[in-house]
Amino acid sequence: MKIELNLQSLLRNNLLSILVVFCGISYSQDPDPLAGKKLFNANCAACHKLKKKAVGPALKGVTSKYEKEWLYSWIKNSSAMIKSGDAQAIAIWEEYNKSVMNNFPQLSNQDIDNILAYTDYVPPPTVAAVSNVPIQPVQDNSVSNQLILFALVLIFTILLTMLVLVNRTLKKIAVANGVVLVEEKKKKNITPIWEAFVKNQFLVFVSVVFLLLSSAYFGYGYLMQIGVDQGYMPVQPIHYSHKIHSGANQIDCNYCHSSARVSKHSGIPSLNVCMNCHVNIAEYNGEEDLENGYTKDFYTNEIKKLYAAVGWDEDNQRYTGQIEPVKWVRIHNLPDFAYFNHSQHVSVGKVDCQNCHGPVEEMEVMYQYSPLTMGWCIDCHRKSNLKLENNEYYQKIHESLSKKYGVEKLTVAQMGGLECGKCHY
Amino acid sequence: MKKKKTYWKNIEQIDKESSLIEDIENKEFANQLPVNKILLTQEGLESENTSRRDFLKYVGFSTSAAALAACEGPVIKSVPYVVQPEQIRPGIANYYATAIADGFDFASILVKTREGRPIKIESNKEAPDLGSANARVHASVLSLYDTKRIQLPKINGKDSSWDVLKSGVLSDLNSVSQKQGKVVLLTQTFASPTTSKIIKDLVTKFPNIEHIILDTVPSNYAVESFQDAYGFEGLLDYDFTKSDFIVSVDADFLGDWQGGGYDTKYVKNRVPDKKTGNGRMSKHVQFEANMTLTGANADIRVPAKPTEQKKILSYIYSAVKGLNSKVKLSPEHKKSAKFAVDGIKKFGSKAVIVSGLDDKKIQDLILDLNNHIKSLAIDNSARLTRTQSGNEVDIFINELLDGKISGLIAVGVNPVYSLSSGEKIKNAISNLDFSLSFSMKEDETSSVCKYIAAVPHYLESWGDYEFKEGHYFLAQPTIRPLFNTMQFQDFVLSIIGSSKDYYATIKAFWKQNVLNGKSWNKVLHDGFYKRSKKEKLKFNPKKNIVLDADFNISNESDMELALYTKTGMGDGQQANNPWLQEFPDPITRVTWDNYLTVSSFDAKRIGLKNLNVANGALNGSYAKISDGESTLKIPVVIQPGQAKGSVGLALGYGRKMGIQEEMQTGQNAFVFLKSFRKNQRVKIELTDGFHEFACTQLQNTLMGRGDIIKETTLEVFNTKDKEHWNPIPKVSKNHIETAVTSKKVDIWESFDRSIGHHFNLSIDLNACTGCGACVIACHSENNVPVVGKREIRKSRDMHWLRIDRYYSSEDSFEEDVDTKDAISGIGDSLTTFGKMEKASENPQVAFQPVMCQHCNHAPCETVCPVAASSHGRQGQNHMAYNRCVGTRYCANNCPYKVRRFNWFLYNKNDEFDYNMNNDLGRMVLNPDVVVRSRGVMEKCSMCIQMTQKTILDAKLEGRQIQDGDFKVACSSACTTGAMVFGDINDKESKISELKADDRMYHLLESVGTKPNVIYQTKIRNT
Repeated sequence: MKIELNLQSLLRNNLLSILVVFCGISYSQDPDPLAGKKLFNANCAACHKLKKKAVGPALKGVTSKYEKEWLYSWIKNSSAMIKSGDAQAIAIWEEYNKSVMNNFPQLSNQDIDNILAYTDYVPPPTVAAVSNVPIQPVQDNSVSNQLILFALVLIFTILLTMLVLVNRTLKKIAVANGVVLVEEKKKKNITPIWEAFVKNQFLVFVSVVFLLLSSAYFGYGYLMQIGVDQGYMPVQPIHYSHKIHSGANQIDCNYCHSSARVSKHSGIPSLNVCMNCHVNIAEYNGEEDLENGYTKDFYTNEIKKLYAAVGWDEDNQRYTGQIEPVKWVRIHNLPDFAYFNHSQHVSVGKVDCQNCHGPVEEMEVMYQYSPLTMGWCIDCHRKSNLKLENNEYYQKIHESLSKKYGVEKLTVAQMGGLECGKCHY
Repeated sequence: MKKKKTYWKNIEQIDKESSLIEDIENKEFANQLPVNKILLTQEGLESENTSRRDFLKYVGFSTSAAALAACEGPVIKSVPYVVQPEQIRPGIANYYATAIADGFDFASILVKTREGRPIKIESNKEAPDLGSANARVHASVLSLYDTKRIQLPKINGKDSSWDVLKSGVLSDLNSVSQKQGKVVLLTQTFASPTTSKIIKDLVTKFPNIEHIILDTVPSNYAVESFQDAYGFEGLLDYDFTKSDFIVSVDADFLGDWQGGGYDTKYVKNRVPDKKTGNGRMSKHVQFEANMTLTGANADIRVPAKPTEQKKILSYIYSAVKGLNSKVKLSPEHKKSAKFAVDGIKKFGSKAVIVSGLDDKKIQDLILDLNNHIKSLAIDNSARLTRTQSGNEVDIFINELLDGKISGLIAVGVNPVYSLSSGEKIKNAISNLDFSLSFSMKEDETSSVCKYIAAVPHYLESWGDYEFKEGHYFLAQPTIRPLFNTMQFQDFVLSIIGSSKDYYATIKAFWKQNVLNGKSWNKVLHDGFYKRSKKEKLKFNPKKNIVLDADFNISNESDMELALYTKTGMGDGQQANNPWLQEFPDPITRVTWDNYLTVSSFDAKRIGLKNLNVANGALNGSYAKISDGESTLKIPVVIQPGQAKGSVGLALGYGRKMGIQEEMQTGQNAFVFLKSFRKNQRVKIELTDGFHEFACTQLQNTLMGRGDIIKETTLEVFNTKDKEHWNPIPKVSKNHIETAVTSKKVDIWESFDRSIGHHFNLSIDLNACTGCGACVIACHSENNVPVVGKREIRKSRDMHWLRIDRYYSSEDSFEEDVDTKDAISGIGDSLTTFGKMEKASENPQVAFQPVMCQHCNHAPCETVCPVAASSHGRQGQNHMAYNRCVGTRYCANNCPYKVRRFNWFLYNKNDEFDYNMNNDLGRMVLNPDVVVRSRGVMEKCSMCIQMTQKTILDAKLEGRQIQDGDFKVACSSACTTGAMVFGDINDKESKISELKADDRMYHLLESVGTKPNVIYQTKIRNT
């Protein structure tokens, strides 16, 4: 079963390449869709999509619309064709708001053939059928753990049953043998345990103290968690998945939260930053999480919410100017009286974002990972070393402080990072 | 048969038939509680009378529900830009160079903006001249967020639109010109070359428009005199760095004389430095009636009432020019005048004489005298910031009142308020066919005009200026207009059918006439452009300046009124600015009021009193002041140094229209500004009642405590040892006199502060003029709340930085010390100290800015039970507001009394309806500094947010910090360089040099607190 599954996924993922490789080997002159895919992604994908209009028209079936020779010259130098008065060229130019397509003189006819082959490529239907079967990720570790647990429970149950059975058999044997089992009788006038407890003043004292202490402990614990919102995971107006952006697509945190490097705020990216990519990515084609209802349609729908907010008319590929700013729910809320500066930590201290924000690249829904309490800040300031290398500011201070404390590495605390006024003003 | 006795309480009890008792026994309440009926149906809710019980139930339920709900944290929304402007990065401040020119204050400034909101004003120190912001300019950022600003154009008091207003104005203008009616364009001084051109174009298109300039507080006589002498409208500018001998007759040039802004240059020559031989400083003689900042800083101050001043000036003129003079002077005046004459003769071209008297002849005489001695102080470029001249405005007023004018366009002026005939003008304007006011407020004038054109604040506007000949400045918007407003220039451009807006017009004009090939963007970035002026000012001397005849007349029964402008309020434009209302006057230290200043001699004569009530607050009697036409009932402050026979009264108060009720303080003194002369003859009478002042300083004299303000004379400073004039206090240990700074007498264990930064702030008492710019700068940097008059009166002011003003009780502070030292025995000490509480009639004055001294051995830190006050290695005394529980032990243990307690919640509280109580006003808050809550102590933090920012910037850029990088709000606001801030661990820095200076001392050094704020001994050139 396992092997079969793996084979299937292998087949699905690599069928295209296997097919292509196979084709490539047999007919080396024929257009190569795999090479075409690479070229398409490198040169065309910024403005074209296969099945949908983007900045330029959808390219699926473009070979059936135009002559191959016409396409060669159009791709290599479209503006020259428009100038020369080619009717088809002018028509498409006018249809797309007279925006000029880049010239690609570097592409050979063979390259263009490859690209066109990619745009025409239809995956074999059998493969599609196979890929519809949901594939469960294999989780070796957790299965074995559960197995062991199950086995243990089983063994204990068997042992327990055996014990009961043995006991019962023994009793039967005893009765059969005429052994009288004497039941211990309760002594009369024995004081009930609670009375004894009440009479034993020491015990009462100890338990009262214990009760008081434990209620104080839990009471304190309860009070201390007021205002600590660790794990706060509000529902956001747009379901933005850090798992997809930061995890699957490996986008650097600083790409969107660019002000974290220079400012006290990390900054919630403005919507124009989203549109840098999403002008081309209008639908979601990644992995799905069916259990939680995160289907492709769900994600695509969230992208549409972004378009509505930023006022992007997808059909005509232009901004309508009707905007509706997104009201995100703020997750990390430091109180006013605590000053925190991102750039100090990100750029000067070179602290990874994950240190405080947790495994963001695995978070489908963003939540507050750290408690953000003062104790938590201080702990880190005590332990963390300063990043003194190549920073001229620290040179003199480093020298004298290392001499004073007799250490080579300095912690934030030794630099004065525990002083009240450094964060409270 | 024994009968069973039944005791009954109620007849029902013995009636076996009645079921009532049973009912009562079974049910506690005879009637069902009507909860369901009431709560579950709409009719029930509407019809039922709610009983007391129900009410309590509801209250109980809702209270507990609310309490439970409060346990949940609030959901905070965060809304990012849809398209983020390139230059804005959240959390990072942007600075823009611009200029203020509101008709009273003219300066080139830098504006700090955060996320697109202007939050602070800084001086533009790179500007060649007029780049210094005073207290009013610093506060003007709050006036941008004034809730009383008019938000859209209005016609006849009703909201309108610009299109309707424009077409209305055009048709009215056309109909007036068809009838050959005259329209007067009454404007402030713009000092703007492009605006002049635009107005010229307007007058060409509508020839019936006449342009008249009205300065709210004019220098029209000086302008007229300058025009006679030099041929164009302007004012002579003086460069006091080039004078070693300054004689001023009623010219408050450290205040608002001829536009102010002279302090930077004046002070340059007032700080003696012994490094290059003997210390030198200029000598300054001041003749004046009111006690002004300038008089307080002068070496010799001579009180003289205005008529006497004229005589003195006449005497000096005659004596210097060698003419015969018939004026009779009192012996003291004669002595001082002679001293001035000798000085002028001795110093020759290195002397200068200035006067603020509103008299054409006097001003002629001043120009003549300065040119006669060829004073080097005369600047070749004239000032253009006051241009009202001659009697143009008087003619206009007469024509208006006679009905000879059919239309009025007022721009940036408020004649109904600021002219003495305001009431008549108000009626005349309301009878005009056409009246249009360009205003930010629905003020006294706008409210009677037919059209009100709402104009933007200067921080939302474009502008170009030529404050001085050849000194050009650009103003740019620092925020998109908050309201539906239009600049006057844009409006005129659209009326005359220009296709360009004001911005494009300025740019075109500058490219053609000003820039001379220089980059527009560079000038816009810098905010200024200086063009060297080649041609010299040409002086046409006047013949036959005769003075004596006029001056000998005086009516002894009259008092002489000297009107002045206060450092805080100026001409009253910003009366709705709570920062300025609460700004303590540098001299009287009174907030939220204007008042009559009288000398103690006259007060005694008339019976006017100043009393301190039980809680120390100041009460003053009311006086009736009358000039025959107008009468005011006004409270009195007895002012040491006020010339006998004269009284002073501040302009700019008493505004009623377009300002909040809390800000409607004082009385309008403009009613006395007849013919634009600040000196008038008045009668003063005592009237009933006492006025309650809010005064931030209740003790006035130093009582001979020479260690608070150390001072000496230039002669002693130059000839004697430091030990003589600035000794370190000593204590006796084992009968050996030991300096308090010595480790031997110190029980503290000190931190090692040699590593990293160690901040110190130096305050030079010689350079501090007491102008108070730092006070407002501190307010805006640190979100200091405004507490209102009532709280100030209870000494609950929140100023983190105060400028103490001290008077001497003898003629000088030195004599005070002698008097104190001569005291022997308890009886003598009681009487003498009692006497020393009273300031002298003409006292010496000293200013001393005091903020938290950031003691290395801080008394406040040791007494805090919760360690909310602690010390940083960088020398700052930290205050953790969130830790403070409000015991106020620290404030009690502070020898400098610089800690401030939040008695109430001053934000979002209707009891304190100032800027922090509305969304607009809160936009000025500095996002890097927390707004304090009720019940916590606060104080100067030595702008730790700024020092930390400087350090962070250096770390981010990976560089060492240079001297001068570290700044605090007060030091960067100080235009005279009195405050210097820096790191004393940087041995090369200016502050290290100052710390080692002979003049350096600590405040109350004998207490042993080892402060990080240092003072430089005051040197007087007496």
